[in-house]
Amino acid sequence: MSTAVIHDTRLVLHRELRPLLSEPFSVLFSLIQPLFFLALFGPLLVSVSGLGEAASLQWFVPGILVMSALFGASTTGANLSQEIHTGSHERMLVTPLSRPALLMGRALKEIVPVFAQAALIVAVVVPFGFDPSPAGLIGLVILAAFGVGLGSLSYALALAVKEQDWIFWTVQQTLLFPLMLLSGMLLPLDDGPSWLRVMADFNPLKHVVDAERTLFAGTVGDPTVLYGALAALGVAAVGLWVGIRGMRRAAA
Amino acid sequence: MTSHALLQAPPTVADRPAAAPPALAISARGLTRRFTSGSQVVEAVRGLDLDVADGELVAFLGPNGAGKSTSLRMLTTLLAPTSGHATVAGHDVVAHPAAVRRAIGYVGQGNGAGHNQRVRDELVVQGRAYGLGGAEARRRADELLAALDLEALAGRKVSTLSGGQRRRLDVALGLVHRPRLLFLDEPSTGLDPHSRANLWEHILRLRAEHGMTIFLTTHYLDEADTMAERVLVMDHGRVIADDTPAALKAELAGDRIVIGTLGEHDGERVARIARQLGDVRGADVGSTSVSLRVADGAALLPDLLRALDAGSVIVRSAEVRRPTLDDVFLALTGRSLRESESTPATPEDVR
Repeated sequence: MSTAVIHDTRLVLHRELRPLLSEPFSVLFSLIQPLFFLALFGPLLVSVSGLGEAASLQWFVPGILVMSALFGASTTGANLSQEIHTGSHERMLVTPLSRPALLMGRALKEIVPVFAQAALIVAVVVPFGFDPSPAGLIGLVILAAFGVGLGSLSYALALAVKEQDWIFWTVQQTLLFPLMLLSGMLLPLDDGPSWLRVMADFNPLKHVVDAERTLFAGTVGDPTVLYGALAALGVAAVGLWVGIRGMRRAAA
Repeated sequence: MTSHALLQAPPTVADRPAAAPPALAISARGLTRRFTSGSQVVEAVRGLDLDVADGELVAFLGPNGAGKSTSLRMLTTLLAPTSGHATVAGHDVVAHPAAVRRAIGYVGQGNGAGHNQRVRDELVVQGRAYGLGGAEARRRADELLAALDLEALAGRKVSTLSGGQRRRLDVALGLVHRPRLLFLDEPSTGLDPHSRANLWEHILRLRAEHGMTIFLTTHYLDEADTMAERVLVMDHGRVIADDTPAALKAELAGDRIVIGTLGEHDGERVARIARQLGDVRGADVGSTSVSLRVADGAALLPDLLRALDAGSVIVRSAEVRRPTLDDVFLALTGRSLRESESTPATPEDVR
């Protein structure tokens, strides 16, 4: 990668992060959904599993971390939609900024909410008996890669639908729920019918969730970790490729 | 006060620094853009040929959907031409878009500044996007904040600015890298007359200081008339006239001399006498008044009045009406530019 692309990516990233830093509440706001799941779905899970609070949280919290990354990254294209709408994206396109950098700078921003939200959620659940292993940090790196990839896809979608943002939301919502339900994020897939488990095996998100659970439990040398890392890197690679392609076309 | 009164005439060529080498800022040949929406193919721009010399202030005038913005978007690398080619600031827009981008400034129809960004931050980012170092970008941002009366707003969020303030910020963003060539797409649309006049005051002063070439689109007749040194009238994707506003008006529309007479049937006599004096292109004869289309009404009127007096026609009133660019558009297309406003014709409008 040339130094110009790195310079431009840093600049775009910097521009994206600044409103986030000056208004940190916007990051916190996106936490409301996962916190609701923790507060209102968690107790149900405890009673259904019969495992007790700490053990249930140990299983459930890594899934919630992935969920907040999923919600955040998949909707991030809406920010670009807004900038396409107002004209500031067009202004960026007329500058000599490298096209890949225009995408990568935005996508890399997704790393920040992954860590910020994880820190907050973990802080909330530790008093209830959640015991995060330091290996969870590796989990967050994997999750960040997934977030970058999914964020890129979300931007690619925003670029493709241009100013018709209702298509953006239709596609995003249509894909979000199957991805989420087939990941085993909320309920274990083990007891599901075999067709469902086969479908879930093709869902990269499922492997990311499995890897998070393994890592937060303190196991590093397990195949699930490798599969999760590969799934996240795969999503990142495909996402960046599709996103950069979309950004190059946006310029043409 | 009307916007006319507030808008000042642009500085003439002589006011600008003479350092600029005589070169072509823009050259386009056969530039064409087709849009396909469903089974319908719309030719938004049809074979645009264009030469703009360094230092010119040129306006594209035409109704919405005429192809003005599409042309501008092709010249600024935002849209690939379907066919034809264009050189902007010495670089081909398709082969070397990055070189074109480095050389031009562009102020689009929307707001260039991100709504959740702060004013000064956006200017600094823009400077760095054009390769300025951090300190240099900050210095340049402050310079532009001062130049465009935005200093008091430096720390404000863009979404809290008024329309006129946002537009000045857009212009500042377009000028960060001191481009020799500035594109303005509908720069004053939606602004009140005072903000329009204020914006133009800034643009023209900066142009006088730096000798920029300015290429703008507008559907405001008076804006094209008072600001541009050269007007390209565009309709249905083609340039249908290209000259100074004064020449367009003189050649295509002409002045009108309206003479009110006392006698019931003097109209014909007035028209006859006028034809003997000069070039009368048309006459609408009423019972007690006659309206004559002539090339130079102010020069003809004194002679006409003397001749009518000698011919014993009693003149009740005399008036010279100057043409507007709307008369030019009407003469060219048979439609008024104001009427054309409401009929979108290309995907440009629904983009």
